Amino acid sequence: MAGFVEMLGARVLGMLTMSGQIVFLFQDVMRCLFRYPIRFNLLAKQIDFIGAKSVGVVIITGGFIGAVFAAQCEFQFKRLGMSSAVGPVVAIAMCRELGPVLCALMIAGRVGSAMAAELATMKITEQIDALRALAVYPTEYLIVPRFLAMLISLPILVALAIICGIGAGYFVAVHVLEVPGVYYWNNTQKFVGDKDISIGVVKGLLFSIIILLVSCNKGLQSSQGAEGVGLATTEAVVDAFICVLIANFFFTFLLNALL
Amino acid sequence: MADSSISTKPLVRIVGVEKKLGRQQVLRGVNLEIREGERMVIIGRSGGGKSVLLKHIIALMQPDAGEIWFRERNLVGLNEEELVPLRKDTGMLFQNGALFDSLSVGENVAFPLREKGVRDEKLIRAEVERALKIVDLPGQGHKWPADLSGGMRKRVALARAAIAKPALMLYDEPTSGLDPVVSDSINKLMVRLGDELKMTSVIVTHDMVSAREVGDRIAMLYEGKIYCVDQPDVVLTSKDPIVYRFVNGISDASDAVF
Repeated sequence: MAGFVEMLGARVLGMLTMSGQIVFLFQDVMRCLFRYPIRFNLLAKQIDFIGAKSVGVVIITGGFIGAVFAAQCEFQFKRLGMSSAVGPVVAIAMCRELGPVLCALMIAGRVGSAMAAELATMKITEQIDALRALAVYPTEYLIVPRFLAMLISLPILVALAIICGIGAGYFVAVHVLEVPGVYYWNNTQKFVGDKDISIGVVKGLLFSIIILLVSCNKGLQSSQGAEGVGLATTEAVVDAFICVLIANFFFTFLLNALL
Repeated sequence: MADSSISTKPLVRIVGVEKKLGRQQVLRGVNLEIREGERMVIIGRSGGGKSVLLKHIIALMQPDAGEIWFRERNLVGLNEEELVPLRKDTGMLFQNGALFDSLSVGENVAFPLREKGVRDEKLIRAEVERALKIVDLPGQGHKWPADLSGGMRKRVALARAAIAKPALMLYDEPTSGLDPVVSDSINKLMVRLGDELKMTSVIVTHDMVSAREVGDRIAMLYEGKIYCVDQPDVVLTSKDPIVYRFVNGISDASDAVF
């Protein structure tokens, strides 16, 4: 029993410590944003890595999720004679939930892990100390360009995932499962509004901050050599996934009330 | 070795510095003055806190107690941003080079110049090539750190640390892992940088040949304190049993592990 309490206490303390570190990192990033000039060469490099190189993954994820979701909806709705509702259901789900969440998870897996591994390696090989010794503030040089690149890239990727999902859903429903195309499209336009699209894009923006802070914090706090790099990478992905999923629950209510 | 170019004025003053890492008390009240223009060699056993002390000098680590003065400024308690302008006047050669993997060799060496605001690409290229030539790596700027051997990485790191001509250079085991010829060239380079650019140097090393060739003074760190500080001839010929055993590489019974 004592061992369990001890373990639970350690977990809670660990979570509180991580939360504190993330808050301080966010504060530091915000301060650096207004204090130092933006390094556009590093920003462009990060946009290429985070944004441009993720396009393929996001198209595949968004497209296939939209296609599968449309097929499942059609299978169920057909029995109720509601096939004409497939379009709006797919579009709303893609805009509000599937697009932003799945895109964020893909980016957390692809980009978050890479960022954590790179920063952790830089830490254990003293490259971060070398930056400091060369009179460069690490947050400004390493984190700010990644932060801005995530803020720019993820909402665009989310929009792309939504478009691909809706497009693939349309294709499967209309051309494969023979739902009348006019109903599909008219109902989609009728029930999907600016609010749905805004919720998706704003969620993408908020998820980008979460993924960046969790991943970078894991990288910067790593230790124990090569083992520490592996651990930081794994924990960055797992923690980013969990944080995105939990935050999504609260953002859903919040954004629904605000927008 | 001591010459007239060395001022009596200290550039760095370490006063009563203590540091605990985990459960180990690494530094136990270190006091040391490093004068402007001198090359101070710090020797001591592995794991004895030499690198930790070196990192304290440019505040890469903060002490648990004590003061570290660089010029007229106490570095203890300053935050990272307050330290940035002070570090523009210092350079450090890390034990494993600590080259930036994402930059080519040339970009690594050019890094301090760019950070100092130099924008003339022609000038940067010329300075980088000159620095690489000095460390015996001419025309290697296009390579990547991953393509270099340990010795080459260290020499590139030396070129990077020295290119901006800092007032204070810190060397963490500059000759470890290098063959005797390259070690000798690094020793000569450290002397040259000190003499020509009036750089103050602090060199942490186990290499007694290097210590003799490079040092104006040698300080021995023993059990977390400065055990002795004197000119190389005096320290390296000392009859004090602790100094003698270290300098001549003689272990005692307590050193036997197996």
